[in-house]
Amino acid sequence: MQAKSKRTLWLTVAVVILLALVPTLGSKYLVDLSTEILIYALFALSLNVLIGYSGNISFGHAAYFAIGGYSCAILLTTYDLPLIISMPAAIILAGLAAAFVGYFCVKLTDIYFAMLTLAFGMLVWAVAFKWRSVTGGDDGFVGVAVPEFIGDRYSFFYFTLVVVTVSSALLWLICHSAFGRTLVAVRENRMRAGFVGVDTKRLRHTAFVVAGTFAGIAGTLFAMYNRGVYVESAFWTESGQVLIMTLLGGLYSFFGPALGAAVLYTLQVSINQYTEYWPIVLGTVLLVIIMFLPDGIVGLVQRIRSQFARRA
Amino acid sequence: METVLETKGAFKAFEGFVAIRDVSIDLEKGEKHAIIGPNGAGKTTLFNLITGHLELDSGSVNFEGRDITGTPPHRIVKLGLARSFQRINIYPRMTVFENVQVALIARDGRSFHLFTLGHSLNRDETAELLELVGLMAEAEEVAGELAYGKQKQLELAIALASHPRVLLLDEPTAGMSTAETVEAIKLIEEITEARGLTLLFTEHDMGVVFGIADRISVLHHGELIFSGEPDRVKEDAEVRRVYLGESHGAA
Repeated sequence: MQAKSKRTLWLTVAVVILLALVPTLGSKYLVDLSTEILIYALFALSLNVLIGYSGNISFGHAAYFAIGGYSCAILLTTYDLPLIISMPAAIILAGLAAAFVGYFCVKLTDIYFAMLTLAFGMLVWAVAFKWRSVTGGDDGFVGVAVPEFIGDRYSFFYFTLVVVTVSSALLWLICHSAFGRTLVAVRENRMRAGFVGVDTKRLRHTAFVVAGTFAGIAGTLFAMYNRGVYVESAFWTESGQVLIMTLLGGLYSFFGPALGAAVLYTLQVSINQYTEYWPIVLGTVLLVIIMFLPDGIVGLVQRIRSQFARRA
Repeated sequence: METVLETKGAFKAFEGFVAIRDVSIDLEKGEKHAIIGPNGAGKTTLFNLITGHLELDSGSVNFEGRDITGTPPHRIVKLGLARSFQRINIYPRMTVFENVQVALIARDGRSFHLFTLGHSLNRDETAELLELVGLMAEAEEVAGELAYGKQKQLELAIALASHPRVLLLDEPTAGMSTAETVEAIKLIEEITEARGLTLLFTEHDMGVVFGIADRISVLHHGELIFSGEPDRVKEDAEVRRVYLGESHGAA
C-alpha cells in the first residue's frame, strides 16, 4: 500500500511538471486543451467522491458546476467584486446548494437517489434558464470580468493548474482519510457500517457536500476560462458526460476519473473537427465501457498487469 | 445479578403476520444466553429489534438501565451493544485489515475526520483483533475472497472492534463444518471469558447451545415459551412438544 501511494505521488508530480511545461511547446491550442482537460478532470474527480467512494450515482452533478460558474461570474461582473472574494463565495454557494439538495437525496438510495439528483439538477437548469435578469437565460451570462492577472491564456492556464492541483490534493486526502475509508465501507455494506457505529446518512451527506463543493471549484474555473456561463452547463447531458468520464477512467481508483476526463474530452474535440455527431461516439464509448471495461481504463491496465505478473 | 439488557412486551408484525408477540427477555451481566427455536420462530427479528435495525410496534428495549427503544443502530453500538450476523456481513472489496480498522475508526468517533489519513489509524489494535480471531495471516487479503469460515471469524472481529460489553451473535456457526464449529465455539468462549462479555446468541446446533449456554430461551411462532437453565429446558413439556420433539431426537 505504502509503495503504491509513493508511486502515485511521483506519477502525479511528473504529470504536473509535464503540464507546467505545455506552454513552452508554443501551441496555443494545446494550452487551451490542457486548461479544459484540467477543469473537467477536477469535475470528474469531484463526482467520483460520490460514485466511486460512496457508491451513490448522481445524474445531477452539473448543477454544482453551474452554480459555481454562475455565482463566480455574477459576483465578478455584476457586483464587481475581486476574485479573492468572488471565487471562494461561489465555491461556498455551490457547497451550500449541495448541502441543501443532499439533505433530501441521502434519504434515498440507489436509483431513487439518482433520480432525485437528476430532478434537482434540472431544477437548477430551469432556474438558470428562466431567471434571465440574473443569469442571462438562454443567451448565457456573457462577458465575465476576469481579473487582469489571469487575463491571458497562459496565466489562466497556470492559475488553473495550481487550483486543480491543490484541489485534487485535498480530494486525495479526503478520499484517503478516516472519512474516506469509512465511506468505502458504507459503499460496500451500508447496513454493516451502521452496526459498527457509523451514521451512514450523515456520512453520505458529507460526501455529497464535498463532491458539490469541488464541482463548484471546477465551475468557477470554467466560467472564467470561457468568459461566460451557459445554461447547457447545468443540463443533464453535462451531468451524463462527466459520469461517463468517471466510468471511462475507472471509478475504483482515485485518478481514474481524471484520466477518463482527459481521454473523453480529447476525443470530443477531435471528433468535433470531423463531424457533428459526437453523441454517437459518446454512446459508443459508453457501450464499450459497460460491456468491456467495467472498471474503466485503470481497471484494464491493472488486469493486464496482473496477467503479466502471473505469467512471470 | 444485574440485568444489562431487557425487552418488555416486544411486539412486531409484518403486514399482519406477527413475528414477535409480547416477548420479554432479560440478560444478566456475564451470562451466556442462547435463544433457540425452529426456523421462522423470530430469533433474527428479535435481534433486529434489540439492535435498532427494526422498529418495535409496541414494547420497549432497555440497555444498562437506559431505554433504547427507537434508537438507531449506530447509536446503540456506541452504547456498548454490538452484533454479528447470520449471513456474512462484511465489506467484500476491502481487505480483511480494513474491515476491522473501519470499525475501530468508527468506535473512536473518527468517521468524519476528513483530513486525517486513514491508513495509519488503529493499526496495532486491528492487528490484535485479527490475531485474536486467527486472521493475521490473511490481513491483506480481500475480504470477499476468504473462505466462508474465515469470513465468519472476520464478522466476529468486526463486532468485537466496537468494544461491546454485550455481544449478540446471530448463528455464529451457521454454514460451518463440524471442525470449524468446534474452533469457532472455542474462540467465542475464550473471548467472552477474556473480555468479560455478556453474550446473547442464536444457534441451530444443539450441541453448541447446550455446550456453552448458561440459560436458554425458546421462541416459537414469535412467542417466548420457555426461559431457564439448560437442564430444565429438556424437561419442559411444551418445549419438547414444539421443538425438541421428533425432528431433533432427544437432543
